[in-house]
Amino acid sequence: MSTEIDATAPKYLRGKYAIVGIGETSYTRGSGTTTRNLGTTAVRNAMEDAGLTSADIDGMLSYSGNDSVPSTSIAGDLGIRLNFYMDCQGGGSSTEALIGIAIGVIEAGLCKTVAIFRSMNGYSQFRIGGTGRSTGRSALSGDALFGRAYGQGSAAQNFAHTFMRHMYDYGTTPEQVAHVKVIHSEHASNNPKAYYKNRVTVDDVLASRMICKPLHLLDCCVETDNGCCVIVTSMDRARDCRHTPAKILGVVGRCSKPRVDNHYQAGPISTVAGVYARNILWPNAGVGPEDIQVTGSYDAFTFTTMLQLEDYGFCKKGEGGDYVSSGIMRLGNARPNNTSGGHLCEGYTHGIAMVIENVRQLRHDIDDSCPVGADGKRMHTYDYAEGGCRQVKDVELSANLGWATPATGSALVMARGA
Amino acid sequence: MALEGEYLGMPVVIDDLDKANQEFYSRCGQGALHLQFCASCSLMRYPTTTACPWCASPHYDWRPVSGKGTVYSYAEVHHAIQPVFRQFLPYMILLVELDEQVGEPGVHDGLRVTGNLTLADGTMAPEDVVSAVGIGSRVRVVLKDLGGGLALPQWTLDEDADQPASPWRYADD
Repeated sequence: MSTEIDATAPKYLRGKYAIVGIGETSYTRGSGTTTRNLGTTAVRNAMEDAGLTSADIDGMLSYSGNDSVPSTSIAGDLGIRLNFYMDCQGGGSSTEALIGIAIGVIEAGLCKTVAIFRSMNGYSQFRIGGTGRSTGRSALSGDALFGRAYGQGSAAQNFAHTFMRHMYDYGTTPEQVAHVKVIHSEHASNNPKAYYKNRVTVDDVLASRMICKPLHLLDCCVETDNGCCVIVTSMDRARDCRHTPAKILGVVGRCSKPRVDNHYQAGPISTVAGVYARNILWPNAGVGPEDIQVTGSYDAFTFTTMLQLEDYGFCKKGEGGDYVSSGIMRLGNARPNNTSGGHLCEGYTHGIAMVIENVRQLRHDIDDSCPVGADGKRMHTYDYAEGGCRQVKDVELSANLGWATPATGSALVMARGA
Repeated sequence: MALEGEYLGMPVVIDDLDKANQEFYSRCGQGALHLQFCASCSLMRYPTTTACPWCASPHYDWRPVSGKGTVYSYAEVHHAIQPVFRQFLPYMILLVELDEQVGEPGVHDGLRVTGNLTLADGTMAPEDVVSAVGIGSRVRVVLKDLGGGLALPQWTLDEDADQPASPWRYADD
């Protein structure tokens, strides 16, 4: 039995589907409302963005960690009659994987247009970082005996072995990795929606208090309350929608390393799932990393951005520290990353907002502070000074690299649609 | 019957359906670290699993290991999430590569066991001990009594081993 995936043939639906609608709520710490309301608002905003009504949506997908609201509640509230829905367990890496599933169920004839949402009160109700969660008194049993018994439970505590070992194996330095936060903070300063808009320096990152070596506070993402939605449909239907479609060239979903749940047993542990995922993503999309003009490499931590860019082949193995500190990821340079400011600065919604950002980039209609013209579109200045533009000029191709753990990732390549 | 103990004020409850973990922690309680040993491919594994990750066989036995190993990677926690761990800051979460089965079955594979850095009596290591340990440090297992016949594997510097002159530590140390 062959385990090879031949993702080179047109049958893999390259360019046949698109993201046509995007919606979000503000990035706050204290939404003052329910995840049901955040999700409803995000889906409604995405329908309006696409120029669709409730009657046009007949599929729904969502993901959560038992901290959200099911599709049935959102569909009910918006008067959407569903031909297909599914609510999945999961966090980061879910968005891209669900986009792949949406394409599959539409192609299989189950439905025609799918709204994918993630809604979370990630600060005011359920904090992923764990602070304030009831982790202290419940009994240690099962897997907790191998984790929580040792004070190991948060994402930082779970991923640190990979980050530290990358520094050991390749000489990666804290200064190099801090550039991820620095550059994302510059991008966020041009994003009126961003929760943290202040620009920071490498010294600021290194001087921030240590959370879990090698992670300082500013190496870690922000926790926010937010709902987001993307709407997927066929390119044929996309042409009737309001905006230039973001055409989907290729997807890889929740691709994993060996021993996925106990991945430190299988090495090398300084390598992440992207090393497997790239062998599906690039042939499937028909392009390579050298063709990509803007990336959305998941920044739960500064290190996650670096590790994924490295293992998806944007640089040689071990040279991620050089890549992220070279300036290439900065707006105005060759391949900006997370132009919204990402999870480190804009806000945290488990990766879906990074897809939304790249859809806007491909529309050439990023929501910065540039003046709006008579046609309702922003007249971009391409001046990336603080408070200025964040549109990447003439961008045609984007890649999103979603992270769940060192052992699982998903990715998505999109092109500006015709 | 569930096996019950306690660690740092946290109740430990191993349900009687969870035979593998009952066995793992009971054997620790009897004074030796044992790992599951596959009856089909003869590879050991960690942590406990319901089948062999290398050959899928459900059949296994238990085999004692030396309890000696090398720090393969570590996290050094300065901000505790679980309130009970605040008193120990900074504390280390070690990934210890056991001396057995290094580079098997794949060249980068090994038996990498989690635990905190402790003193020889199993109490959490103080800061001056934490700051002396890094990748390459040689450690030995300490079986911390949980009561109820159970014990938790922890790690302490191996006094009898040749230690590296300076184990690899995070850059600012």
